[in-house]
Amino acid sequence: MCGIVGLFLKNRDLESRLGSMFAPMLIEMTDRGPDSAGVAIYRQHDDGKTRITAFSPDPEMDWGQLVGKIRARTGQDVEFVRNDTHCVIITDAPPSDVESIFEAECDGMQVMSVGRRMEIYKETGLPDDVVSRFGIGRMAGSHAVGHTRMATESAVTTAGSHPFSTGTDVCLVHNGSLSNHNRLRERLERHEGMQFRTENDTEVAAAFITSRLGAGQSLHDALESCTEELDGFYTFVAGTSDGFAVLRDPIACKPAVLAETGEYVAFGSEYRALASLPGIDEARVWEPEPAIVYSWGIE
Amino acid sequence: MAGPGQNEIVIDLHDTQLRDVNATLQSLNGTGEGRQYRLLNPGGAHALACGLDAPARIIIEGHAGYYCAGMNKQALVEINGNAGQGVGENMMSGQVRVHGDTSQSAGATAHGGLLVIEGNAAARCGISLKGGDIVVKGNVGHMSMFMAQAGRLVVLGDTGEALGDSIYEARIYLRGRADSLGADCVEKPLEDCHREELSELLALAGCDGTGTDGFRRYGSARELYNFRIGNVGQY
Repeated sequence: MCGIVGLFLKNRDLESRLGSMFAPMLIEMTDRGPDSAGVAIYRQHDDGKTRITAFSPDPEMDWGQLVGKIRARTGQDVEFVRNDTHCVIITDAPPSDVESIFEAECDGMQVMSVGRRMEIYKETGLPDDVVSRFGIGRMAGSHAVGHTRMATESAVTTAGSHPFSTGTDVCLVHNGSLSNHNRLRERLERHEGMQFRTENDTEVAAAFITSRLGAGQSLHDALESCTEELDGFYTFVAGTSDGFAVLRDPIACKPAVLAETGEYVAFGSEYRALASLPGIDEARVWEPEPAIVYSWGIE
Repeated sequence: MAGPGQNEIVIDLHDTQLRDVNATLQSLNGTGEGRQYRLLNPGGAHALACGLDAPARIIIEGHAGYYCAGMNKQALVEINGNAGQGVGENMMSGQVRVHGDTSQSAGATAHGGLLVIEGNAAARCGISLKGGDIVVKGNVGHMSMFMAQAGRLVVLGDTGEALGDSIYEARIYLRGRADSLGADCVEKPLEDCHREELSELLALAGCDGTGTDGFRRYGSARELYNFRIGNVGQY
């Protein structure tokens, strides 16, 4: 099943309220996915520094000590902001160098996202609890996408939760399942040198989108390429540092509702996820058509 | 609960649990002639006003979730908004009127009654229809009337791909164009008797001034496996 939501602000004055508008949308989708939840949020940072959001399964994790090692080995400034099981590491050091230090130093540590604006937080448990643990409701930003998971094909783990990210500031949430992901994963690994962290089909779709963006396509065109290359059931919501897009598979297997006002664009698996948004009664509300890409960008 | 009119009862879903709202409406159980219920703030709730068996009128002020007015008998359910999947599914009698758009599988398996959609219906409208009637004033999505057995679908706009795939004895009246016809679905002549039933359906749906000119009729070519008498011996 699973639930997905997305919120893209057109009115930048609302950015301080992004989290408080978005959190109830995610929690409303608990019935569709009570096992785990995750959020990719695009913050307003404009310092040009890279943010690596990392997860450690160790509740006693000494992030300060780890950050000290990163400083020593890369010779770069490193700051960090701990948030529950996650930590945002802010640095000018190349992300690949930081990631190799993680691998050498910490068992089970994972990189959730790399980006100048995007941070990904995801955990197992009820969406309400996940939202509270990370303080999603207090976060500011320009747009966010989220996922509530009802696991069917793989274990309920933090790593198996959505959103997935395989490129800088690129994220994807997915409701459905893909049937040609193994072949596509092989192709992306072999011909494009892409690396995968899980066996998850959605990660392959995220990597495919990253690969298309890397080849110079816009987010809109990258999603159009998905209709040609991906086989299976999907409703996608994808984000980039300045873009937000929605796509359903050609037979529209999974539900989707879009709403747009002068202030925002909102996506929900079901309308009830959108019902708490301010001004929703005046919004244009519609069901996105199959195999049509809907996209918005920051001007 | 309080109402502006003598016979109108207003229920606000902000204050009343969905189960209590449905229990109130279901408890009419055959009574409720001339009574009107106005449901406020539906917020996309699922299974709203479903399983009714009463000659009452229910007005929903806002967008409804899945299966709204499912299994309806006798009641007139009006939605002043959009409806989610399966609106009016398995309706037996009465009328469901959606003033906005509907998601997929509108009127699925309906045995009787009339479903009117003022806007567009998404995919699989009238799937497995078993005798109900559906009038859509806008467009319908792909695979509409898939395996429909009896009943009628009228579409004033266009349809998506595979209209009427594997249809049995249901009839489709289309004014716009179909992206494609499904397996075993063919255009058939629009005879006087068809114009007559189409006129009746258009009148019931409130399509005043809409004539039958420009409509085409579609139905089963009766050439699939099930229609071949020779296959009876297989069992």
